Amino acid sequence: MKKVSLLQTALAVSVLALACSPAFCGSLDAFKGEKGVLKISGGTAHIPVMKDVAQKVMAANPGIQITIAGGGSGVGIKQVGEGLVDIGNTGRKPSDDEISRYNLKLFRWAVDGVAPVVNPSNVVKKLTKNQLIDIFSGKIDNWKTLGGTDRKINLYTRDEASGTREVFWEKGLDKGAIAPSAHVVVSNGAMKSAVAQDPYGIGYVSVGHIDRTVAPVALDGVVPTIETVSKGTYKISRGLFSNTKGAPAGLKKKFIDFLYTPDGVKIIEQHGFIPSR
Amino acid sequence: MKTVREIAAERTFLLSALASSSITVGILAFMVFMGLPLLHEGGFFAILGNAWDPYRGAYGIYPMIAGTAAVSLLGLAVAFPLSLGCSFLTAGIAPKPLRGVLRRFIELMTGIPTVIYGFVGIFLLVPIIREFFRDGSGMCVLTAALVLGVMISPTMTLFFRDAFDRIPRAYLNAADALGASRAQKLIHVMLPLAKKGMLNGVILALGRAVGDTLIALMLAGNSAQVPSSVMEPARTLTAHIALVIAADYESPEFRSIFACGVVLYLFTMALTFLVRYLAHGEDARI
Repeated sequence: MKKVSLLQTALAVSVLALACSPAFCGSLDAFKGEKGVLKISGGTAHIPVMKDVAQKVMAANPGIQITIAGGGSGVGIKQVGEGLVDIGNTGRKPSDDEISRYNLKLFRWAVDGVAPVVNPSNVVKKLTKNQLIDIFSGKIDNWKTLGGTDRKINLYTRDEASGTREVFWEKGLDKGAIAPSAHVVVSNGAMKSAVAQDPYGIGYVSVGHIDRTVAPVALDGVVPTIETVSKGTYKISRGLFSNTKGAPAGLKKKFIDFLYTPDGVKIIEQHGFIPSR
Repeated sequence: MKTVREIAAERTFLLSALASSSITVGILAFMVFMGLPLLHEGGFFAILGNAWDPYRGAYGIYPMIAGTAAVSLLGLAVAFPLSLGCSFLTAGIAPKPLRGVLRRFIELMTGIPTVIYGFVGIFLLVPIIREFFRDGSGMCVLTAALVLGVMISPTMTLFFRDAFDRIPRAYLNAADALGASRAQKLIHVMLPLAKKGMLNGVILALGRAVGDTLIALMLAGNSAQVPSSVMEPARTLTAHIALVIAADYESPEFRSIFACGVVLYLFTMALTFLVRYLAHGEDARI
């Protein structure tokens, strides 16, 4: 009996603390009185930030329901353009053709890098850009050539709808070929777990997604981190966009606006991205 | 004399039969129609025979056709002996109480969602294959085929069992009377008599293997290449559709998946007709 009441008190206190925590009171005020469903899909690099913001908004306002799906940048543009979702995220700037066809409105709320990653147990943690290009084209196919163990290099790449793939291919591989033998995975999260599982794999993920399960590879001596990306010394970078069809209003606008408030910026930083101002 | 109710019932059944068969034909027509622009641009055989390299404007699905064939046929090769053994065991070799339990288990297995098999495969089988063969990532044709084989074998086993059950009692009794051992009875009496029912089981299992998306998507590695060994990753037609469906509706990538659909459809249909024909031939000889 006593246990239950204690638990209840703890719950009540934590709910109160969450609802009135000084950090979020101000920015979340905008959502007061709002009701409805907000659907988000597209870029998979965005998902951690989107989830975090959605949780905070929904906790403060039970009348709001936010759903978040992945699919990749291509899906984001397609679905927001066809009116299937309210916000379509992209890990690349939508093309002029896409913008005019769907009347897209772009919001770049963060800068992110795309980094080659290997399994933490791999001794090869430094590559030149030419080596990277040769690895992904299949010219270098054994870790031994790079000073590692005598095992085949397993390539991991992303599907056609991926903005991360497009950025990496353009800026990391200088539009060089990606060998057809490369494994294809469908999200930044899946890429991370694939490389984390495979001691002989190499892939690429959003810099914000790098944690202890995968090791970033220094490219031409520059380790891809949030600092090197923001300083501009690490070159494979891109904007993270949230796009709406036409100018956003109501809940859509408030959600996007929140990403630019001090609290939103804090969440973006927490997830390893560089907030754009 | 037919009553009005009978006629009404007849018409209703006819209507539902017509509806389901016309939907089947309608789906094929729809896929062909949607795939037409691509067929016009490159020619149907160019799509079937070419490599997949969207950045160079090549939208061929040949690697995926090869991948599907490799994964599903190897899966079938894994499943067939497995199912044969299981059905022999439950049909005659195992003691009676155990047979019932085994049968229940097999029935239960048919209902497990394929994603579960995929998960188990990724965390259990992939590292084992990678370290055992010391070649590649462990996500390859072999891994997908092994899991696919386990996935389809319960369906196959149940079909085999049913075929065994339909054998007239008198034949079995005759075998017993002649002093045949249980193994001899299985091989010389039950197997030849159950052939047709077993063939049905094999077609249905192959259909499941060709149509399954998740196992190949999770375990085969999805490389758009023709696998030159079972240790290499490959992409099946179904996985290809799942991967490309996200592309722009207007793009040739997207349109190429209708060609995949048509190929999958025709493949399954041709398979069914082929096996029906073979089974028919068997009947005629007897």
